[in-house]
Amino acid sequence: MHTTSKQIPSNGPDPATSAGIVLRPDLQAIADMVAPNTTLLDVGCGEGELLAWLQQKKNVSGRGIELSQTGVNHSIAKGLSVIQGDADTDLQYYPDQAYDYAVLGQTLQTLRDPKEVLEQLVRIARHAIVSVPNFGHWKNRLYLTLMGKMPVTKTLSYNWYDTPNIHFCTITDFVNLCGDLGFVIEKRLYVSHQGVPTTFNNHDFFANVLGEQGIFMIRR
Amino acid sequence: MITSCFGASYKEVQIGDIVTLAQDKPFVLECGVSISNFPLAYQSYGTLNARRSNAILICHALSGDQYVCGTHPVTGKEGWWDRMVGPGKPIDTNHFFVICSNVIGSCMGSFGPKETNPATAKPYGVSFPFITLGDMVRAQALLLDHLGIEKLFCVIGGSMGGMQALEWAARLPHRIQAAMPIATSIRQSAQNIAFHEIGRQAIMADPDWCDGNYLEQRKYPAKGLAVARMAAHVTYLSESMLQQKFGRHLQGENFTYGFDADFRIESYLRHQGQSFVERFDANSYLYLTRAASYFDLTEGGRIKLTDLFAGTKVRFCVVSFTSDWLYSSIESRNLVRALNAVAANVSFTEIECDKGHDSFLLDVPEFDAVMRGFINGSAALFGISPPDGGVR
Repeated sequence: MHTTSKQIPSNGPDPATSAGIVLRPDLQAIADMVAPNTTLLDVGCGEGELLAWLQQKKNVSGRGIELSQTGVNHSIAKGLSVIQGDADTDLQYYPDQAYDYAVLGQTLQTLRDPKEVLEQLVRIARHAIVSVPNFGHWKNRLYLTLMGKMPVTKTLSYNWYDTPNIHFCTITDFVNLCGDLGFVIEKRLYVSHQGVPTTFNNHDFFANVLGEQGIFMIRR
Repeated sequence: MITSCFGASYKEVQIGDIVTLAQDKPFVLECGVSISNFPLAYQSYGTLNARRSNAILICHALSGDQYVCGTHPVTGKEGWWDRMVGPGKPIDTNHFFVICSNVIGSCMGSFGPKETNPATAKPYGVSFPFITLGDMVRAQALLLDHLGIEKLFCVIGGSMGGMQALEWAARLPHRIQAAMPIATSIRQSAQNIAFHEIGRQAIMADPDWCDGNYLEQRKYPAKGLAVARMAAHVTYLSESMLQQKFGRHLQGENFTYGFDADFRIESYLRHQGQSFVERFDANSYLYLTRAASYFDLTEGGRIKLTDLFAGTKVRFCVVSFTSDWLYSSIESRNLVRALNAVAANVSFTEIECDKGHDSFLLDVPEFDAVMRGFINGSAALFGISPPDGGVR
C-alpha cells in the first residue's frame, strides 16, 4: 500500500534537486495535479512555496492570496504576485472562470464559511484543488475515544482553545458536501501518516480511516 | 546649469538637468491652456541598457523633487529616497536606469508659478495655469520621448507620486510594464482635500503672500507656508509615533507660561516649517495641493475602475501601511479589488508600521524586501537586462 516518494507521479524532474525548492508532500501532490502552462490562484498561499515551484517547474502563471503579512511579504520578495487578503471576504471580487486552477491547501478548516469559499473557488477557476485534514483519521478517533479529549496530534497540533481550525470535517464529510453542492470530484488522493500520497485504491472507508489528509480536484 | 532662487532670502542655487519640452507641438493642459517650450527638470541615476528597457520612473510626492538620492543642492542633505535608491539598494542603480523629474507646478526648475512668464517678463504667480496629475504625467511622457525611452520598466511613487503611478497605469499603460503605487489612493479623499485647504488658507492669509505676487515685490509668505507645512506634517505621522518620539517632553525644565515652543513636538514642528520654507515655493504649494485635490481616476464616479483597468497588462504592486491615516489601507484595498476583478497581475501588502503616512520614506526593512522582490521579480519576468548586458 505504501509507496515511496520516488513513485509520486510527476511531470517534471525531481523537485528536490533541480528547482532548489522541496515542497511539503501534500503541496507536491497538489503541484502534480496541475498541468503545465496554466493559470492558478493559490488561496492561503503561505510564503508562496507552491506558486514558486509551479512557476519554475511548470511555467504556471500564479497568483496568491494570503492573510499573514509575513507570508505576503515573503511571497512578493520572491517575485510572486500575492495579495494580502482573506478567503472569506475577498474571493467575491474575482471574476468567473478567470483561472485554470484555484488551490486551497489545508485552509478550509480555518474558514468562517467553508461552503461559500468552495463555491467561490469553483466559480473563479475551472478546477479547484482542495486539501483537507481528516478529522476521521484513526488516530483522532482513538485519541477522542480513549482519552476523552480533543485530539492533539502532529497534524492537528493545537489545543481546542487556541486552534485556528474552526470547521473540522472528515474525508467522508467533505465528499458528502461536494455531493450536496453538486460538484464533480475529478481526482482524489490521500496523504497517509508517512506523508506519502496514495489512492487507497479508491476505497472510501479506508481513506477516511487511514488518510491524514485528502486532496481533491473538484469542479462545478 | 540653470539657477533658481529659494526661500525668504532668495538664495540662488544651481538645479541640474533641465530640458525644454513641447518645442514642436503645444502641450494642452487639462484646464484648457496651451503651453509650449516649457522647462522640465530631472535627475537620472544608473545607466540605460542597450535595449532601453531598464528605465524606472520615480514619481515624487507633493513636497518632493527630482533629487531622489545624492546630495540635494538646496538643503545640502541627502535626497528624499536615498535609502531606497542607489547602487545595491532595493531600487538598484547598478541594474536600472532611474529617472525622477520635478513635477510641473513645482519649484525645482520645472514649469511652475515661480518661473518667468515670457509674455510679461514677470513670474507667473497666480496667473500660472492650473495643472493636474494627468498633466504632470503627460509632461513626464514628453521627457521620456526626449530621452528616447519608449517603454518604462516600472513606475514607482508614494502619496501624490503614487497617484502619478496610477495615472500612468490608467492613461498610458502601453508605456509601462510595472507600477508600484505606494500609500496612495485612486482619488483624493474629503479629509485630504480638507487638510490641503487649511494649508492654502494659511499661505493666503499671510500678508507677505501679496495676492500671489510676492516674488515681484521681493517678499515671502514664510509664516503662512511654515504653518501649512506644520499642519501637513502632522498628517504624515501617527499618534503612536508622536507619543513615542515626543510624548509630553518639554524643551526646558519647566513650563515657561508663555507661547514659545515649550514642548519638544512644538519645537520640532516649527523646525519642520522653517526648513520647508527655505526650499519650497508658496505658490507651488497652492497649485500642487490643488492638483492633488482634483485627482480622481473615476472622474467623479463616471468611470468604473474595472473599465479603466480591464485587460491591463501592467504588473502592479500596491503597498499601504497600517498606521497611515491619510491614505488608509482600505483605499488601497479597493483598488486591489478592482484589479482582481479584471484578473490583473497584482500584489498587495499592508505593511505593519507605526510611523504613519511617511512610513514609505523611513527605515522599514519589510518594505525594502517587498520593493526589491517586486522589482527583481518583474525584471526577471519581463527579461530586463542590466546595462552591462550580463545576468542579474
